[in-house]
Amino acid sequence: MNVLHFAQAFFSDGSHWHGRDGIPTRLSEHVKYSLEALLFAAAVGLPVGLVTGHYGRGGNALALIATAGRALPSFGLLVLMFIWIGFGMVPVMIPLVVLAVPPILVTTYEAVRSVDPSPVDAARGMGMPESRVLLQVELPVALPLVLSGLRTAAIQIVSTATIAAYVSLGGLGRYIIDGLYQRDYEKVVGGAGLVAGLALATLVVFWAAARLAVSPGVRRSG
Amino acid sequence: MIRIDSVTKRYPDGTVAVDRLSLDIPDRAITVLVGPSGCGKTTTLRMINRMVEPSEGSILLDGRDIRQQPVNTLRRSMGYVIQNAGLFQHRTILDNIATVPRLLGWSKQKARDRAAELMARVGLDTSLAKRYPYQLSGGQQQRVGVARALAADPPVLLMDEPFSAVDPVVRKGLQDELLRIQDELGKTIVFVTHDIDEAVKLGTMVAVLRTGGRLAQFAPPAELLSAPADSFVEDFLGADRGIRRLSFFSAGSLELQTAPVVSVDADAATLAARAEAAPYLLVTDSDGRPLGWSEPDGLTAGAVDRDRLLDHGRPFAPATDSLRAALDGAVLSPTGWAVAVDGEGRVVGVVSQQVIGEAIRAAHTRVARDSAVKAAR
Repeated sequence: MNVLHFAQAFFSDGSHWHGRDGIPTRLSEHVKYSLEALLFAAAVGLPVGLVTGHYGRGGNALALIATAGRALPSFGLLVLMFIWIGFGMVPVMIPLVVLAVPPILVTTYEAVRSVDPSPVDAARGMGMPESRVLLQVELPVALPLVLSGLRTAAIQIVSTATIAAYVSLGGLGRYIIDGLYQRDYEKVVGGAGLVAGLALATLVVFWAAARLAVSPGVRRSG
Repeated sequence: MIRIDSVTKRYPDGTVAVDRLSLDIPDRAITVLVGPSGCGKTTTLRMINRMVEPSEGSILLDGRDIRQQPVNTLRRSMGYVIQNAGLFQHRTILDNIATVPRLLGWSKQKARDRAAELMARVGLDTSLAKRYPYQLSGGQQQRVGVARALAADPPVLLMDEPFSAVDPVVRKGLQDELLRIQDELGKTIVFVTHDIDEAVKLGTMVAVLRTGGRLAQFAPPAELLSAPADSFVEDFLGADRGIRRLSFFSAGSLELQTAPVVSVDADAATLAARAEAAPYLLVTDSDGRPLGWSEPDGLTAGAVDRDRLLDHGRPFAPATDSLRAALDGAVLSPTGWAVAVDGEGRVVGVVSQQVIGEAIRAAHTRVARDSAVKAAR
């Protein structure tokens, strides 16, 4: 039996499509964990990246934070947090947010910092307040890069959120961990396939968001 | 009036960009700040809209210190045009131009109507309204930059090397356009350039700054060319300032001769009579447009060989051109005679280098007499 047969067996089994351990439930749990983690990470990374990028300062500090964040192993952090805090969502969220903040922060900072300075100078010279210079002049031009940072973060979260299952939570990681424990390889392959599919779907969502949100003037000149 | 009152800009590292500069910038005229790089001309401009704050001294706008009003209110009352136009690439041309009216709280519709009006004013086709900056040429982008600066009808326009990034042909078009717009609108324009030709062409007044941010001379361009204050200004004006100064004298007073001009279908008697008048004859077509020069011997009535005529060089129009254009025409002509034409390009006469030379001397004497009279008063 090869991987495709495992996958076929998993998805054609009707019992996998409903109930507490059914695909719709696990998938929506996984999406929920991922979205929450992405929102937290964006709430931290975007404002800090935008403001530091706007003033062009703090690049070294950011690089340090980013390297530290990337060096921390998500799984180790999860176990540590679990021992420290105990059962619940928080020990899962912390490693996911720590994983996602660096790409958001660093790309947003770089995106804003590398915006052509002459429109910014023109905007200030016309009497535009700093907040508007950032949000209406720099951000729209930096948006493709900012979105790519969010996309990288989102994909890392989606693939890493499987670790939630290690601490008895749900999500698509359930299939992989339970499957390995039960030596049910159909389940392992099915779960892994669903995670990969969700990561691809995330790519599509970000592609569509960029199409909608990025001005045609930026898209084609960039 | 904008009064720059002994302003100094010193940076924390000790560099002095502008050194005790005082200038009275006249209303409704173009004042050009010109000088080599590092002379503080851009810094001076940017102090007027407080993009740079002076270390010492003050700047007064209509008698009031510019620091007495909120900085963004001040900036919205001054149009600002920069070198690469600095357009917002994510906004359409129309919305780029509507920026300041929108900042001032105009409705979207009113701001866009105004923007459309300005596109026409700066010579942009309104079909470009919905385009994005990357779809426009450099020259068009710079026109948008000018339109955007004019959108809220500010009394003052600050222009920082606006035309230096475009090619010479486009630059000349933009300069002519600026002069035309200025004729219509009468703004107080402060214009920074490193190009002395641009300064002389555009400026009502020209301030020449030297490295270190000190004023070398502040004068109308004709005076700058005829009486440079020192050797720095003289060097900066270049070797041909005498020739360039001729741009300020009209060619209208030149005495034109019509005797050496013959039509291509002149009869033998006319040709023989005209041959006495000059060593060369200018042949025109039957509408009076110049064809070329010829020695009288080479002309046969009724059978002029157009291919054997000598090139007539570039004609000048006495009504609108300067002595510089007339002299240029004479220098380029193989016979040493310049061809004068009317608005339709029909020959009104010819003039020799010698006559132009006499006119130049007369013009110089007149200027010298006028300034002596002025000095005596």
